[in-house]
Amino acid sequence: MFIDVHGAPLYAYTGGRPFDAARPTVVFIHGVLNDHSVWILQSRHLAHHGWNVLAIDLPGHGRSGGQPPASVEQAADGVLALLRAAGVARAALVGHSFGSLIALEAAARAPAQVSHLVLVGTAFPMKVSPALLEASVSAPEQAIHMVNVFSHSTLCPPPSALGPGTWLYGSSRALMRRVLASNPAVNVFHTGFQACDRYAGGEQAMAAVQCPTLFLVGRHDQMTPPRAARALAAHARQAKVVEVEAGHALMTEAPGEVLDALRDFLAA
Amino acid sequence: MPGYADPGFDTLAIHAGARPDPATGARAVPIHLSTSFVFDSSDHAAQLFNMERAGHVYSRISNPTNAVLEQRAAALEGGIGAIATASGQAAPHLAIVTLMGAGGHIVATSAPHGDPDGWRAAIRPNTRLLLGETLGNPGLEVLDIPAVAQIAHDAGVPLLVDSTFTTPYLLRPLAHGADLVYHSATKFLSGHGTVIGGVLVDGGSFDWERSGRFPELTTPYDGFHGMVFSEEGTVGAFLLRPRREGLRGFGAALSPHSAWRILQGIGPLPLPRERPNAHLERVVCFLAEHPFVARVGHPLLESHPSHALAQRLLKHGARGAGSVFSFDIKGSRAQGKAFIDTLKLFSHLANVGDCRSLVIHPASTTHFRMNDEALAAAGIGPGTIRLSIGLEDPRDLIDDLKRALKAAEKAGA
Repeated sequence: MFIDVHGAPLYAYTGGRPFDAARPTVVFIHGVLNDHSVWILQSRHLAHHGWNVLAIDLPGHGRSGGQPPASVEQAADGVLALLRAAGVARAALVGHSFGSLIALEAAARAPAQVSHLVLVGTAFPMKVSPALLEASVSAPEQAIHMVNVFSHSTLCPPPSALGPGTWLYGSSRALMRRVLASNPAVNVFHTGFQACDRYAGGEQAMAAVQCPTLFLVGRHDQMTPPRAARALAAHARQAKVVEVEAGHALMTEAPGEVLDALRDFLAA
Repeated sequence: MPGYADPGFDTLAIHAGARPDPATGARAVPIHLSTSFVFDSSDHAAQLFNMERAGHVYSRISNPTNAVLEQRAAALEGGIGAIATASGQAAPHLAIVTLMGAGGHIVATSAPHGDPDGWRAAIRPNTRLLLGETLGNPGLEVLDIPAVAQIAHDAGVPLLVDSTFTTPYLLRPLAHGADLVYHSATKFLSGHGTVIGGVLVDGGSFDWERSGRFPELTTPYDGFHGMVFSEEGTVGAFLLRPRREGLRGFGAALSPHSAWRILQGIGPLPLPRERPNAHLERVVCFLAEHPFVARVGHPLLESHPSHALAQRLLKHGARGAGSVFSFDIKGSRAQGKAFIDTLKLFSHLANVGDCRSLVIHPASTTHFRMNDEALAAAGIGPGTIRLSIGLEDPRDLIDDLKRALKAAEKAGA
């Protein structure tokens, strides 16, 4: 469905069920050069088990209109504006990578509106190497290959988002290419990485969060290794850490384990 | 595991999709000869059926051994995923029934070396697909994939390519602009002439929504709770549907035993694909210089209409243009028969892409339904012989051909 946020249509996948603001809501926020489809199995499941799901395409990404957020703070304001526009008083926020910082910042800015916070494949600080930042502009195809290799931990993933026979190396790469091409005006590869790199408010934000926080980390993650989440976890009031057997693309490399961890945490 | 660079072709050919079996530690891919797979609970069962969890339910729809083959084929082609099928022919059928809808139109050609503009001219408002083969059979005309893909995309339709003759080792059509690729795995992928099977690979690059011609993928599907495939899979809209409809409904599922046999051929694929290239060159040169041979149709020779295109598109250039090719002897139909009947090392049968060298007379076998005019249009004469070069010592192959050519010559005296 599309929701008007700040005058631009924002796309949210609702998990194959109609949007119903009366149910408890969970918002899924993807990372750099991803879109809602990275959450398909988890979001579809929750939508069929009592939750109202909004798995968004960030502004200026994929199907969503508007300007891509230039900073984590701006993106977080956008998520809170989405909740207002959709008539959702309180929601669980689940973010991956760049999206985890957005979820964190939003939860800090509006603690009363956030029931649960889930940080998937997170790190703070989320520094991006100058070489990769530069390559995202000058040689985006090469940079996509590099990020893709770093994001996967196995040549033999289990049945995943597109069912058995999904080849995640290829599907992740194709998605990054598609999302990059979806915005001919702004390089969302670069704006996303730059926002991650420049975000400085992680520890303060974590301290301001009032709700329980789940850290969902991939044991073999080379982009945001499990140790990179420790500084944030140390500042969280109610932190739970779940480690799964996966790399940075943990929603697709370990879809069942990620779903189980999410479901248990949201049910508690 | 993966380091800083993409895993290479030879590594993927051995490892993609396969891990040591978690139950037994078996390192080789187990053959899962089980029709069905138990559910953890009633809830788990319902979630698998509703696509909230991924997993195996029933081997007509998916199977763990087949999934290894599917991941491996997708990895080697640079795709996002694949579907294994019961035969090579079942692979394009699955693509076509998924994409056509009632009244859909396909553009294909029997003369792929012709002007690419012919493709453009043939496109109609109801065209849904352009269909070509990397190398024509048996003329080895090379498809100009970049040009034809551009024409397809300008019209908002995908290009589906039969890549059986080249294998991903010699040519990767997706990298040149094709959107979907299929193989008769019966041939070079399995490489041993022991199995019938196919595989259809989705490149994940075609934007079905932007095209606007494929409501089957972009509007709610009644057959699956109103699922909109293009929402569920931004890049995987196509791949989602055939497993839930074509494979489920028409049932052309590959046997896991066959999948395993194909995997045995794919693992060492680079080796046999390198060797016939070297062997092939010697056989082609021998025939081209033989006085009783009127014509040799291989892109290695500058006289072939696809020589330049083969040099541009294929790994190893024209040397990589397949080990299946045809030639014409200077003689009658009876002399052609004498030629084939004298061969000892070449097996006379209706297949290509075996580890053994093969021979056939297309006019009387594979292409016998076509009249002389249609045969000529496909580059086949009454005296045309098709060879598929295997892994034998090329000296022995040449000796065999030499003897048979002599016998054919004598038969005309």
